[in-house]
Amino acid sequence: MDLNLTAIIFVAILANNIVLNQFLGICPYLGVSKRIETSLGMGMAVIFVMTMAAIVTWVIYNVFLVPYDLVYLRTIAFILVIASLVQLVETILKKINPTLFRALGIYLPLITTNCAILGVALLNVQAGHNIIQTIVYAIATAIGFTLAMVIMAGIRERLDLADVSSYLRGAAVSLVTAGILSLAFMGFKGIMTL
Amino acid sequence: MTTLAQEFSKGILKENPIFRLLLGMCPTLAVTATAVYGFGMGVSALFVLLCSNIVISLLKNVIPAKVRIPAYILIIATFVTIVDMSLNAFTPDLHKALGIFIPLIVVNCIILGRAEAFARKNTLGRSVIDALGMGIGFTLSLTILGIIRELFGAGSVFGFEVMGAAFQPMGILATAPGAFITLGVLLGLFNFIFKRLGIE
Repeated sequence: MDLNLTAIIFVAILANNIVLNQFLGICPYLGVSKRIETSLGMGMAVIFVMTMAAIVTWVIYNVFLVPYDLVYLRTIAFILVIASLVQLVETILKKINPTLFRALGIYLPLITTNCAILGVALLNVQAGHNIIQTIVYAIATAIGFTLAMVIMAGIRERLDLADVSSYLRGAAVSLVTAGILSLAFMGFKGIMTL
Repeated sequence: MTTLAQEFSKGILKENPIFRLLLGMCPTLAVTATAVYGFGMGVSALFVLLCSNIVISLLKNVIPAKVRIPAYILIIATFVTIVDMSLNAFTPDLHKALGIFIPLIVVNCIILGRAEAFARKNTLGRSVIDALGMGIGFTLSLTILGIIRELFGAGSVFGFEVMGAAFQPMGILATAPGAFITLGVLLGLFNFIFKRLGIE
């Protein structure tokens, strides 16, 4: 069975990067990308939650919503599942792995409102991925998110020292920088398609 | 106590969700390739914001403080589903163009933000005014961005050719990098204008 996994990984990380090409998760992208360490922390938390959320929402969609003809409830079902999942992950992690919890702790609540998580869940069911493709797509997308965050953080650490006009300082210049990064990522388009 | 007029205008100027508060950036960047899409997205979000502000304001004494966020999300998701299904039924082209960003109105920070910061503490009337101001501010910002990107990216505004045959469209403005760069430059421009007007 051809699962097309290499193409999924390549497209999700580079050619159709979640932040720079699909505009999902812009809020944490602009908000948390000031330092490389915090971007990495946020990235790890996103990889973890995005994979879990993709699996759970895939099961909910294919086991409950489709057989009972409730597909129109998917937005409500997914957001509730994701919100409770984040809460659950936080509680469990606190108990079984306090070190990891301390590392990811502050980023977890922020993730509930990260539209990339819900976005990936919706894109997965829209594309009709099976469970293996779903998992691979979620992990690759989250890696793409982390990559974009870390590159941005590296640039912003330098940008802090640059002499930027006071009107453009902060979000404005970050957006223009993101635009140039997005232009660079466009170069990967068309190398591999799904 | 602020007057109703101030309550209304703050969403459009002083606390404009896009250019002042930097909330709801994902749909702002994603759907503003043309003015029509930007306007459609703005009106959809305005409807959800208005309805959720009304319901949350009415239920402010009923919802227990501890579970308020899930309750708000549920209320918002209900209205988003209504918008999703109505757009699909009445304007299938717009529904297709906005795509995944319609269900994603659920996680639009403006809507949850207004519920948490305003509707749960204020009367029904004020919540309606607040939702209208914020929603119109959001719609205006998206439409302005859409007009600029469509004008230079395709040479038209709301689908009408305006630049003439000699105009060479700047295709970049209709793509992803164009969205980031246009918003960044506009943000700088608005910072400049607001400073000159004395609005901090």
